[in-house]
Amino acid sequence: MELLMPAYIIGGLGIVFGLGLAYASKVFEVKVDEKVMRVREVLPGANCGACGQTGCDGFAEGVVGGTCAANGCPVGGAQVAAQIASIMGVEAASLESKVARVMCNGTFSNCSSKFQYSGIEDCTAAANLFGGPSACSYGCVGMGNCVRACAFGAIVVEHGVAKVIQSKCTSCGKCIQSCPKKIITMVPASNEYAVRCMSPDKGNIVRKNCTAGCIGCAKCSKVCPVNAIKMKGALAEIDPQTCINCGECIKVCPTGSINRYFCEQQSID
Amino acid sequence: MFPRKGFKGGAAVPHRKNTAEIETVSMGIPQKVAIPMSQHIGAPCETVVKKGDFVKVGQIIGDSSAFVSSPVHASVSGTVVEISPRLFAGGSQVLTVEIESDGKQEIYEDIKPPKYANQKEFLEMIRKSGLVGLGGAGFPAHVKLSPPPDKKIDTLIINGAECEPYITSDYREILENSWNILCGIEILMELMSFKDVWIGIEDNKPEAIRILSEMADNHDNINVVNLKSRYPQGAEKMLIYAVTGRKVPPGKLPADVGVIVMNVNSVSFIAEHIKTGIPLVKKKVTVDGSAVKNPSNVEVLIGTPLEEVFNYCGGFKSEPAKILMGGPMMGIAQYSLQNSVVKQTNALLAFDESEATLPKESVCIRCGKCVEACPMNLIPLSINQGVSNQNLESLKKYHINDCIECGCCSYVCPAKRYLVQSMRLGKTMLRNAAGK
Repeated sequence: MELLMPAYIIGGLGIVFGLGLAYASKVFEVKVDEKVMRVREVLPGANCGACGQTGCDGFAEGVVGGTCAANGCPVGGAQVAAQIASIMGVEAASLESKVARVMCNGTFSNCSSKFQYSGIEDCTAAANLFGGPSACSYGCVGMGNCVRACAFGAIVVEHGVAKVIQSKCTSCGKCIQSCPKKIITMVPASNEYAVRCMSPDKGNIVRKNCTAGCIGCAKCSKVCPVNAIKMKGALAEIDPQTCINCGECIKVCPTGSINRYFCEQQSID
Repeated sequence: MFPRKGFKGGAAVPHRKNTAEIETVSMGIPQKVAIPMSQHIGAPCETVVKKGDFVKVGQIIGDSSAFVSSPVHASVSGTVVEISPRLFAGGSQVLTVEIESDGKQEIYEDIKPPKYANQKEFLEMIRKSGLVGLGGAGFPAHVKLSPPPDKKIDTLIINGAECEPYITSDYREILENSWNILCGIEILMELMSFKDVWIGIEDNKPEAIRILSEMADNHDNINVVNLKSRYPQGAEKMLIYAVTGRKVPPGKLPADVGVIVMNVNSVSFIAEHIKTGIPLVKKKVTVDGSAVKNPSNVEVLIGTPLEEVFNYCGGFKSEPAKILMGGPMMGIAQYSLQNSVVKQTNALLAFDESEATLPKESVCIRCGKCVEACPMNLIPLSINQGVSNQNLESLKKYHINDCIECGCCSYVCPAKRYLVQSMRLGKTMLRNAAGK
């Protein structure tokens, strides 16, 4: 009997506390909308913040609370949008999938260098010194700020220029913020052609610095059948909304600054 | 002689004042000068000449209506051949006027010894002369000399510390133009009602201390201060503390503790300008370093390409691996010999491969040497950590913006961490975040 006493006491306490906790959990229950839980479950869960909310939890609350659209998660794409729409019982508006693109062709073989940089491996630090080590002060610095910013491993630096792996890009936009040169743009994934150059310099200066830069010859804008290419000073720019992916521009570009992307469709139907 | 005065922290860097005993030589007229429109802290100037114009020495070629700015003058007579943007050290493009010299060095007609009756006219004269802080920072002198009226200024400190290794341009100025320095001080005392004037010189320059002490002997209010030779003794805040014992609070200016600091070259220029009326068109520059054949102090016209300055000093004896504008502690590496000498340039150093190689960075061992060395009492290792983690809150917490980028932390770090670089990067990160 003496031996069993402690076991009874502990067991008795356990039952009392258990009942107390069970009672408290009912009385002080924080009511979570069941919809929020369900929406949260279908989200990717990367907490990237691309939706503009604090994270996936914030977005789920926003959707249920009516402040966010069902298709507001660019990472999840159309599939997630459809699931959220069915949970919320609304019609999902179609979501155009987007990808980030680095608008620079200045690889080591194309763009000459101004000086050797030794120091912190950081684009902002390198760009602070005479605009960076490459001859063109508008192009990619190649120290990989965007690589470190990307939570999805979608960016690599190849031959001194960052490259977005289109199939992995979730268009969260973190890379755009991290780039000191502001050469990453977000375009519709269906858009295949882009002028990969951001230098507003005149043709002769661009040519001196980089063999693959836009020299502003305007040939592409003349040949474009839908007038999607506009000249901004000495820099051609393709309007992704108007572009019909015909590929006429790439045929006439003398420097090869217009590139074609082959976008694998992202994991959406 | 006064007792040696100093400050807490800093680094004992080698002096290497190789050019101290070599007399300053004046360089000839370069064929072409390229003069940037921003050689000062503040708003860049707008060009007032156009391509094809004929300009003469001392003619204003760039001016600005902003208060914190300083006009830019032509340093040669000749024709403006090009006005185009050029890359500046900070990475921004600055409009640069290229003038092809006609070799005659004709002086602009309007130049005559200036007259001034009161303080206001004096400050206007200083503004027109294009004078900026010649110690290296390039803060417009007329702005420095017109503090807000609620601040009582009683002390003028003349900075002749010259704590950076190699540089001797201030020392040579004291030796060669000591009379001008004293005249300049007298003019400033008369107009600005300073109670005391202190001339701060490091004790590794006994000759300079002797000369100026003798001259100052018959002036009651002018004193020469013997400073400890320790880097960064010439930094404004360290100098004020060493001389007056006053501490400039974080984010404040010397004027807030009643002090104005001016470089010896700046005061000497004021005296010279009042005599001749010629604005700031030339600069005394120390040319030195292991790759330079004949190190010396050279008087260079502003806008001269670096290449011509080095050629004048006998060229390079070995392939230079790094060229610095400024001292080895704070100077900025130059990528092209076509860059030009500007108002802030006080030294041009060229180093060969053996001296220019940056050691590889390794991990922080938390020894705290950088904390001991920091003259601003910061904790560089924690700031460095904040920068690598992109933690902006911690940067603010550790007062990154108080860093004067003197380089002591990097100099003493046994792990060779890029501490100053990360301070600069951190400041840029904060600026960018604030701009968003």
